[in-house]
Amino acid sequence: MGLFNRRKTVFVDSDILVIGGGMSGCGATYESRYWGRDLKIVCVEKANIERSGAVAQGLYAINCYMGMQWNENQPEDHVRYARNDLMGLVREDLGYDIARHVDSTVHKFEEWGLPMMRDPKTGRYQREGKWQIMIHGESYKPIVAEAARKAATEVYNRIMVTHLLMDKTKANRVAGAVGFNVRNGNFYVFRAKAVIVCAGGASHIFKPRAVGEGMGRTWYAPWSSASAYALPILAGAKMTQMENRIVLTRFKDGYGPVGAYFLHLKTYTQNAYGEDYEPKWYESLKAIVGDYVDRHPVPTCLRNHALLEEVKAGRGPIRMVTKEAFQDPHKETVGWENFLGMTIGQAVVWASQNIDPKHVNPELTTSEPYVMGSHATCSGAWASGPSDYAPAEYQWGYNRMMTVAGLFGAGDTIGGTAHKFSSGSFTEGRIAGKAAVNYVNDLGREQPQVSETEYEDLRKLVFQPLETYEVGRNEIVAGTVSPSYILPIHGLQRLEKIMDEYVGGISAHYTTNEPLLTRGLELLGMLKEDLAFLGAEDLHQLQRAWELHHRVLASEAVTHHTMFRTETRWPGYYYRADHAKLDDANWHCFTLSRYDLQSGKWEMEKAPVYHIID
Amino acid sequence: MHIDTTYRRAYNIEPNMCWECYSCVKACPQNAIDARGYADFAPLGHSVRALREEAKGTISWKIKFRDGREKNFVSPIRTTPWGSIKSPAEYAAPNSEAFKAQELAHEPEALKIERLPALTPGKLKQGLI
Ligand SMILES: Cc1cc2nc3c(=O)[nH]c(=O)nc-3n(C[C@H](O)[C@H](O)[C@H](O)COP(=O)(O)OP(=O)(O)OC[C@H]3O[C@@H](n4cnc5c(N)ncnc54)[C@H](O)[C@@H]3O)c2cc1C
Ligand code: SF4
Ligand code: SF4
Repeated sequence: MGLFNRRKTVFVDSDILVIGGGMSGCGATYESRYWGRDLKIVCVEKANIERSGAVAQGLYAINCYMGMQWNENQPEDHVRYARNDLMGLVREDLGYDIARHVDSTVHKFEEWGLPMMRDPKTGRYQREGKWQIMIHGESYKPIVAEAARKAATEVYNRIMVTHLLMDKTKANRVAGAVGFNVRNGNFYVFRAKAVIVCAGGASHIFKPRAVGEGMGRTWYAPWSSASAYALPILAGAKMTQMENRIVLTRFKDGYGPVGAYFLHLKTYTQNAYGEDYEPKWYESLKAIVGDYVDRHPVPTCLRNHALLEEVKAGRGPIRMVTKEAFQDPHKETVGWENFLGMTIGQAVVWASQNIDPKHVNPELTTSEPYVMGSHATCSGAWASGPSDYAPAEYQWGYNRMMTVAGLFGAGDTIGGTAHKFSSGSFTEGRIAGKAAVNYVNDLGREQPQVSETEYEDLRKLVFQPLETYEVGRNEIVAGTVSPSYILPIHGLQRLEKIMDEYVGGISAHYTTNEPLLTRGLELLGMLKEDLAFLGAEDLHQLQRAWELHHRVLASEAVTHHTMFRTETRWPGYYYRADHAKLDDANWHCFTLSRYDLQSGKWEMEKAPVYHIID
Repeated sequence: MHIDTTYRRAYNIEPNMCWECYSCVKACPQNAIDARGYADFAPLGHSVRALREEAKGTISWKIKFRDGREKNFVSPIRTTPWGSIKSPAEYAAPNSEAFKAQELAHEPEALKIERLPALTPGKLKQGLI
């Protein structure tokens, strides 16, 4: 077929390959250059790093800053906070590591030109909450990207990475990655000594609230397509806490975040009849989670629980009381700029529906679940901890190296460390970057050995959907219904429906059980088989096809983990109706999985939680 | 956004995978791109427009409600000249001991405290907290 012949194969050799140029990828690129002055450092991104990733729109706050210079918080405090919010289970070694470095990252951001708000009385950064500081962050990402561009040997934009390459001479060692240019269709073979996966979290694995034109208006970016999980999974890396999906309370339809509203503007919620509903659900929560209900601050998932139950009881909609706060013109400005700076779609919804929060209390709702490692959840790859204090069981190599040699990760990619956010993700990228330089230096002259058969096979596989479409298209007159292929959007909608109905999405009130999960896995299995029959009309759809592959694999991981953990640890995120209570005796542990590419089987195990901080 | 080759105009090829992030709106030097809220839930007649001026270092917003009310906001976007960030390679190269130490680039100075905090491994314990 002519389709293949027109495409060039481009080889790119590097010492360190950073996959994904979002917050953590930019941090990894920057730090790799600081330590690896003579190394070839390549960053590859499927969009353009200038605006790519979850921070594309900008942000209005940096959600992870200690303020050690003013003795506001110490790293230990942050570990306690994240542990509490995640109902006891975090990798404290990794979390402490980020917290102790994060202030230097934020100070660099300010030096680079990020406008920080300051408290007029103290001169310190303006706090939004205990951990958050307020910024004028419309250009947060372009600023961070400038630093990464200055550091990289080369940045390759518009290349979607589809698979990692393994070393042919050493088992379980990474040797690079392959992908294709989404604009000209060239195939790329990246050979690298170390690879740092920084490819962001996963939206669109559960059915979103809007399913028509507005299905892209999710909270997490629609381009967060689970590559961060699928790439390591396919390479046989162990994953952790994949069941720990996140559900967010957000302003209705625009998914505008509520943090600044609660913390800074001091707005509060009430049900349709003006009542404070949270205390009503205290007893029901206590029955599920015991003493965890009395922790302060109340864990994010537990606050969702009250809202969900109140809506189920027929007393919705839940509203944010903004009318009082918005009488203060300063607060009104902050309220609007908060969205213009990071979730413009919310301002669009309010303008279109004539909602002025000064006169109307806007509705809140809960989002569909997302899989991420950097927010108030910690799904992701199982990584080695810092060498100066991590427990032996958490230390098998270089800091942030996964269970595959030479394969590192940061940000949403790495599991067990919640509440990193933008600054912590960049910081974790820096930690991984320095560790990768040490790894490369220790390797010496040894070059990664990639097998030609491996990348040639992948090349055929990657472009197959174009051929499937071209051939199959001849069988139909017009339209999208074909007997021999499905389009990426069809597969995506099937995936979202399966996850929604069987694995605890919105239409199931976030509830599932073993029979549902078992059936969900059967259906996911058939979907996986059908992915061999994806048809892609053009290169844009080819990208969608591979994003779908990655989403399906991550979804399978989520389902297996959810099945394995026979308890309800995070009510408000999801419920195992057949194991309706938190069970510390059996489940005060991490869940780990490993996928075997040959057999398609998942192996599950438990790993201990070490508490390093009192 | 893609360009239609016949009309030589840009259009949104896949609105149902658009995040309304406004990256395209802000990037267009002609301010030629406008957005309209998703048909699923946004009634017509509104607009949210941005004017991003790199040289001035500001972004200005004009919000028009369906009923005609308007709101305007302006925010700073950057405090330093574009392109002014130093490459990490322009700083003095780290010495060989620094590689195996825990400090990252620019630390401890950039932390603005005396030294990088650390934990003692002896404190580890397994179990409930
Ligand atoms: C609406 C919203 C509001 C938020 N608010 C805040 C806040 O107020 N404060 C705060 O600190 N944090 C906030 N966050 C969180 C913050 O944005 C994330 O924690 C952070 O961006 C995670 O960094 P990351 O590098 O893991 O992922 P990202 O920054 O998303 O980067 C991932 C990158 O990988 C690329 N990529 C993905 N797949 C591939 C592939 N296969 N090949 C090549 N490239 C690929 C993507 O295009 C992207 O550039 C918010 C997030 C959202 C969505
Ligand atoms: S608003 Fe963002 S997601 Fe939508 S077309 Fe423009 S750049 Fe793409
Ligand atoms: S004028 Fe704007 S919309 Fe048109 S091609 Fe240029 S950047 Fe794109």
